[in-house]
Amino acid sequence: MPRFGASPGVTDSSKSAFHLWQGFSIAAVIIGVLTVALMLWAVVRYRRKGDQIPEQHQYHLPLEVIYTVVPILIVFGLFAATLVVENKATANPKTSVTIDVNAFQWGWQFLYPGTNALVYGQTTQSPVMVMPVDTNVHFNLTSTDVMHGFYVRAFNFSRYALPGVVNTFTIRAQNTGTYFGQCTQLCGLYHSLMFFRVKIVSAADYAKWIASFNNPAGIAAAAAALKTTTAELASGVASKNTYTKFGR
Amino acid sequence: MKVEAKILLGLGLFFGLMCLVYWNWSLENAGGVMMFAGMLLGFLPGGYYYWWSRRMAPRPEDNPQAAQAESSVVVGAFPGSSIFPFVMGMGAFFVVLALVFGIWLLVPGLGLVVWALLGGTAEGRRSGEH
Amino acid sequence: MTDVLDPPVHVEHHDGGHEEHHGPTGILNWLTSTDHKVIGLSYTVTSVIMLVIGGLFAEIIRGQLATPNGTLVSLAQYNELFTMHGSVMIYLFAGPFAFGALANIIVPIQIGAPDMAFPRLNALSYWLYLTGSITMLSGFFTAGGAANFGWVGYAPLSNSLNTPGAGADLWIGGLLLTGFSAIFTGVNLCATIFYLRAPGMTMFRMPIFTWNMLVTAILILLAFPVLTAGLVMLYADRHFGTHIFSVAGGGVPVLWQHIFWFWGHPEVYILALPFFGMVTEVIAVFSRKPVFGYKGMIFATLTIAALSLGVWAHHMFTTGVVLLPFFSIMSLLIAVPTGIKMFNWIGTMWKGQIWFSTAMLMALGFLFTFLIGGLTGIYLASPPLDFFTHDTYFVIAHFHSVVMALVFGGMAGLYYWGPKFTGYLLNEKFGKMQFWLLFIGTQLFTIPLYILGLDGMPRRMAVYPNDPQWKTLNDISTLGAVLIGLSTVLFVINIVVSWKKYPAGDNPWDAQTLEWFTTSPPPHHNFYRLPQIRSERPTWDHNHPNYRSLQHGVHEGVHTLDATEESHV
Repeated sequence: MPRFGASPGVTDSSKSAFHLWQGFSIAAVIIGVLTVALMLWAVVRYRRKGDQIPEQHQYHLPLEVIYTVVPILIVFGLFAATLVVENKATANPKTSVTIDVNAFQWGWQFLYPGTNALVYGQTTQSPVMVMPVDTNVHFNLTSTDVMHGFYVRAFNFSRYALPGVVNTFTIRAQNTGTYFGQCTQLCGLYHSLMFFRVKIVSAADYAKWIASFNNPAGIAAAAAALKTTTAELASGVASKNTYTKFGR
Repeated sequence: MKVEAKILLGLGLFFGLMCLVYWNWSLENAGGVMMFAGMLLGFLPGGYYYWWSRRMAPRPEDNPQAAQAESSVVVGAFPGSSIFPFVMGMGAFFVVLALVFGIWLLVPGLGLVVWALLGGTAEGRRSGEH
Repeated sequence: MTDVLDPPVHVEHHDGGHEEHHGPTGILNWLTSTDHKVIGLSYTVTSVIMLVIGGLFAEIIRGQLATPNGTLVSLAQYNELFTMHGSVMIYLFAGPFAFGALANIIVPIQIGAPDMAFPRLNALSYWLYLTGSITMLSGFFTAGGAANFGWVGYAPLSNSLNTPGAGADLWIGGLLLTGFSAIFTGVNLCATIFYLRAPGMTMFRMPIFTWNMLVTAILILLAFPVLTAGLVMLYADRHFGTHIFSVAGGGVPVLWQHIFWFWGHPEVYILALPFFGMVTEVIAVFSRKPVFGYKGMIFATLTIAALSLGVWAHHMFTTGVVLLPFFSIMSLLIAVPTGIKMFNWIGTMWKGQIWFSTAMLMALGFLFTFLIGGLTGIYLASPPLDFFTHDTYFVIAHFHSVVMALVFGGMAGLYYWGPKFTGYLLNEKFGKMQFWLLFIGTQLFTIPLYILGLDGMPRRMAVYPNDPQWKTLNDISTLGAVLIGLSTVLFVINIVVSWKKYPAGDNPWDAQTLEWFTTSPPPHHNFYRLPQIRSERPTWDHNHPNYRSLQHGVHEGVHTLDATEESHV
């Protein structure tokens, strides 16, 4: 089945959202093609051929009822499918890892309560949020100043970081890799540069990474634990090409 | 006036139902209050029109069989020209600029507004004659 | 039986009792006129100027996005650009054009009224609009620049801490003025339509354009005061030390969004319904058929309006604090009446004799572009799908498809009704060139943006990552925007070359509704005499008495007035 522009992403809810997208797209294509076909047919078949006035039909009640009722049924179908996926995306299963995400002008801070892990970066430093694969991760998202948007395409998900409010959601990643994240809610001067990255690793690597924060050697150990370079972890321009793009 | 009344009453009723469902389900007050106010806004003129439609004489525009000459009455005052809309507009402009650039702008602003209110009312009482 | 009767309708008016216009001339006439046609023309010219200004901002934006790390403008300037592009286009062009320009000129003559119900209030609406536009745009001349927090002005970004400076206050002030302008127009339209219809013009004999303007006016009255109240609250937070939208004082930032979007969503239907009405009229006339499903159209318009008041939080799905299923089902349901309208438009063309004038081409451009915009809107009504499209270029593509469709509708309206209020036709060759540029430009502009949004490009970005595919898509979109700009230039050229060249006559299109019964342009107080009104197509009935509207199943014959009388409420 074609992607219709979207991608499955790397989480279980991203994949069900993707399938919902495909379903909506099939309905949209069918309705769109049908309607355009009717328009084109009308425009070609009923072009003016002289000055004769055509029959002045104005009503066709059975037809009008059909194209009122059928769309209502389609709408309820789309709504039902939406509810199923939405309940999945907004579910609150038991989680074993918690990440506190604080958005600020103009960067991100990732705290891991119960551990010493802390990641912080501004604009193009693009801080890396590490999380374990195949684990329910609970997020507490808030902002310390204005509204920001926490958006990770690979999760098929975004949520506002609101000052004074803690938004919670659960993500369960199913694939490892590094993915691109960005602020999507206008937040001032450097809104265009408020990047972050998400690095999904195995549970073992994650544990090692967390543990490395207990070690004064700090960043270097963390980088070694993740088999990456210190440069990638601590700084760097957020270029899409650097990262694995899922589904392309 | 019955159709007009029904449109507004219908809108008010729709708002009322939406408000009932929404406010009880979401417990979100801003939307609930706004929907409730919308319901009142539909019922107020709608109710008035409905009450009035049962008392008024049928109008030529509600009569499907009306002849053109039936509306040989004064339909309203239609002044061809008046300086007061412009004056009022300039007054409002200065009042708003006072919000931005300083209270002293309220002097010309309110001055023009008051002039327009008085002058426009007087003009209206003269049925638009200058 | 359908003859014009003498004596003419007697209308008392008090400018000295003359039929011809006397009184001030020149600029004093413009400053003091309360004639809806003069006011409507002022609105048309001003709003088209706003369209050009907003369009210039758009071209600069596309220029900046031509390269990934563009340096055409700075980050700060870019924020001002998209804020003012959106603000000018929505607040200063589309709204005033929709309900101040053509509605002002056309509604009274469509219902046989001598003017709007409150002519001086009508003039005031225009002056408030003009001064509001000047106020908002003058932000560019202040030290801190124009407003830069997006056309939606979300709190807390729009508070005095994050956006000090006069530009933001001028934005608020401009919106206060234009907001009252709109409210007064809403009052005027309702009063005019309720009270000044000609004899025999019952509610269900009004043209669809007038019906749409009535519903628009009611929406204006329900929605705009909410925006005004919100703006007052924002100003108070900025200058009077209140804490309505700031956490520090116990306020709730997201409350701004509730208030803003409670206005904001009806606003987009306030923008759309007038253009729907224009397109309905044009399609009927240039298919030489009556409007198909006339009552269904009215029912659909009322349903759209009612539902539109209950969907505002679909702009807030990603805030995490709104009731998702309620707003989802209400938003999805709006597709139903919109679909009814779409099929009724096709039904109007069906078995007609379609004449591809520029106005009709523009209406067809509207149909196609609005179909795309409408279908993509359905995705956005589903929260899980909105979660990954919100604040990306997918949303931008969606609403630009829709507003470009409205531009097509507006062009259809101008080409169709322009001759009525100026007395002269526009050149059809230039018009068709303009149409093709606009159509190709619109699709080239919007379609890459859908792909970019789904690929992860967020909106309001001055720069974007260095990806060759993204650059290509942005460049195609820029090309489309340039073509749209060229089509606008062509439109202005058309006005210039056609100036007073092709006299129109009373009814150049053999059109159907009442305004085509009077002269082009209409005389002072609009009608020397009125025809008998027995349907929603009084001019058609007068000119083609043997071609009344048919019910399904009834075939053509010679009908007398009484035999085909449809019962109207």
